[in-house]
Amino acid sequence: MVLPYAEPTDLSIAADAVRAVEPWVAVAYLIAGVLFILALRGLSSPATSRAGNRYGMAGMLIAVVTTLITHELANLGEIVIAIAIGGAIGFVIARRISMTAMPQLVAAFHSLVGLAAVLVAVAAFLNPSAFGILGLDGNILAVTRVEMALGAAIGAITFSGSVIAFAKLNGSMSGAPILLPMRHAINLGILLAIIALTAAFAVATEAGPGEGALFWIIVALAFVVGFLLIIPIGGADMPVVVSMLNSYSGWAAAAMGFTLHNSAMIITGALVGSSGAILSYIMCRAMNRSFVSVIAGGFGAEAAAGPAGAARIDRPWKRGSADDAAFLLKEANQVIVIPGYGMAVAQAQHVLREMGDTLKEQGVAVKYAIHPVAGRMPGHMNVLLAEANVPYDDVFELEDINHEFAQTDVAFVIGANDVVNPAAKTDRSSPIYGMPVFDVGKAKTVMFIKRSMGGAGYSGVDNEVFYMDRTMMLLGDAKKMVEEINKALHD
Amino acid sequence: MDFISILSIFVLACFVGYYVVWSVTPALHTPLMAVTNAISSVIIVGALIAGAAAGSPAAKWLGLLAVLLASVNIFGGFAVTARMLAMYRKKERRPAPTREGR
Repeated sequence: MVLPYAEPTDLSIAADAVRAVEPWVAVAYLIAGVLFILALRGLSSPATSRAGNRYGMAGMLIAVVTTLITHELANLGEIVIAIAIGGAIGFVIARRISMTAMPQLVAAFHSLVGLAAVLVAVAAFLNPSAFGILGLDGNILAVTRVEMALGAAIGAITFSGSVIAFAKLNGSMSGAPILLPMRHAINLGILLAIIALTAAFAVATEAGPGEGALFWIIVALAFVVGFLLIIPIGGADMPVVVSMLNSYSGWAAAAMGFTLHNSAMIITGALVGSSGAILSYIMCRAMNRSFVSVIAGGFGAEAAAGPAGAARIDRPWKRGSADDAAFLLKEANQVIVIPGYGMAVAQAQHVLREMGDTLKEQGVAVKYAIHPVAGRMPGHMNVLLAEANVPYDDVFELEDINHEFAQTDVAFVIGANDVVNPAAKTDRSSPIYGMPVFDVGKAKTVMFIKRSMGGAGYSGVDNEVFYMDRTMMLLGDAKKMVEEINKALHD
Repeated sequence: MDFISILSIFVLACFVGYYVVWSVTPALHTPLMAVTNAISSVIIVGALIAGAAAGSPAAKWLGLLAVLLASVNIFGGFAVTARMLAMYRKKERRPAPTREGR
């Protein structure tokens, strides 16, 4: 410990004197942090992404090993057992989970990070000397108290919010918004109370029951507000919620990094926090909703009961068969497939790829167009198509392909609705007005695979494209319908 | 480290995060969330300190529980990310036509 160059830089803070550690330790945590940056950097292209993931693993290994060898371990056995149990559970889940269920899994993982942050904060509060966060007067430093309370509060919000998000995504709970009266006032009140109590906790100098009570109340309120914040948010907004909770889990880790003066935790927390925030922003932009309106919740509650539902009675539409569809697809020069969550629910991605392969063999250009909010989380559709072995060069984003519909023979919409609804461009009163959508109406033929003419997407808005002369409605289960089309293509 | 150095690291890391995340291709946003999940479990560092320390039995057990939860996340997060990324491998048998702008 007493290497000549190991002098702490700032002796004015007593806690730092306690924490004077060998310099390589700080360097090791810094390297871990840099490896985490490289892990995200790798994701800029599929080709470098796997190397990135390995950087991430190496960073985590360095952080864990550094912690283990620089602390007095009273019970290495118990720690190894905890890691082994947790690691085995995580590994098995990761192997078995279906790609369709990825949003639920990510929400569940967020809740674990949140809970772990709360537990670490509580442990630091109960045993501050182990964390080296005591001042000379034997009290926890005021700055540290703020960091600890914030870490615990954000962690608790992440936990209870993610549990609700998981339940909604998993279908264990209705995706419909649950709107409590006065919910904005209640939530704002609780958040303000948490801030006020954190301030009170920071200046509470006497260690004792009063101080403890403040800390516990902060944690309890945060659990409650996390729950209240997510229950009014409807299923359609879940991609934003999952991204937002991702961000929160990062800020919780960063706050604990401040408490522990650990650069790996701070860098990671900042990375994850910004990542989730950017994804939330991208999702909001893709729905033309403001972040505040998503957080305020209630989307989908009023639209379902509104006049949009009544307007679709008795309008003529054309029903097509799998044979009709196969005929038109075979004759086409270019087909653009627009998959939505309905495809994921029906698990139709594999048969869809078969259809694409068959068409390509017959000289048809097949492209896939993915809307940023297709699916239940950012990038969800891309993963499902990748799982079905669709080459990623065939998969395009909204802005890269939207101009091609005018030169496209068939726009093949499978399990999507709102993302191809022209009302987003034309109808100012529509709840989805302003959302960027695919101009499928410009294609020579539009095919819709839909379960029935009844349900109309999340927003509950009717879609003019259904009733166009050039539109063919293929009603039925997405997977069965594509299988029938495949059969017809081979005949 | 004093508070200002820590704050500097934090603020700079936020900027790094901002630019790095914008460079992530949208096709990989789901793996991005999975891997950020895994790395945010670096909170295991705090959990290990709590779980290893003598003194407060309550803090120790909470720490061990946090170690367990964070381990689920670390192993699960990296494994599921690896599983997803393996699906984005270039398909050799069926070369995709080259397209400009990609």
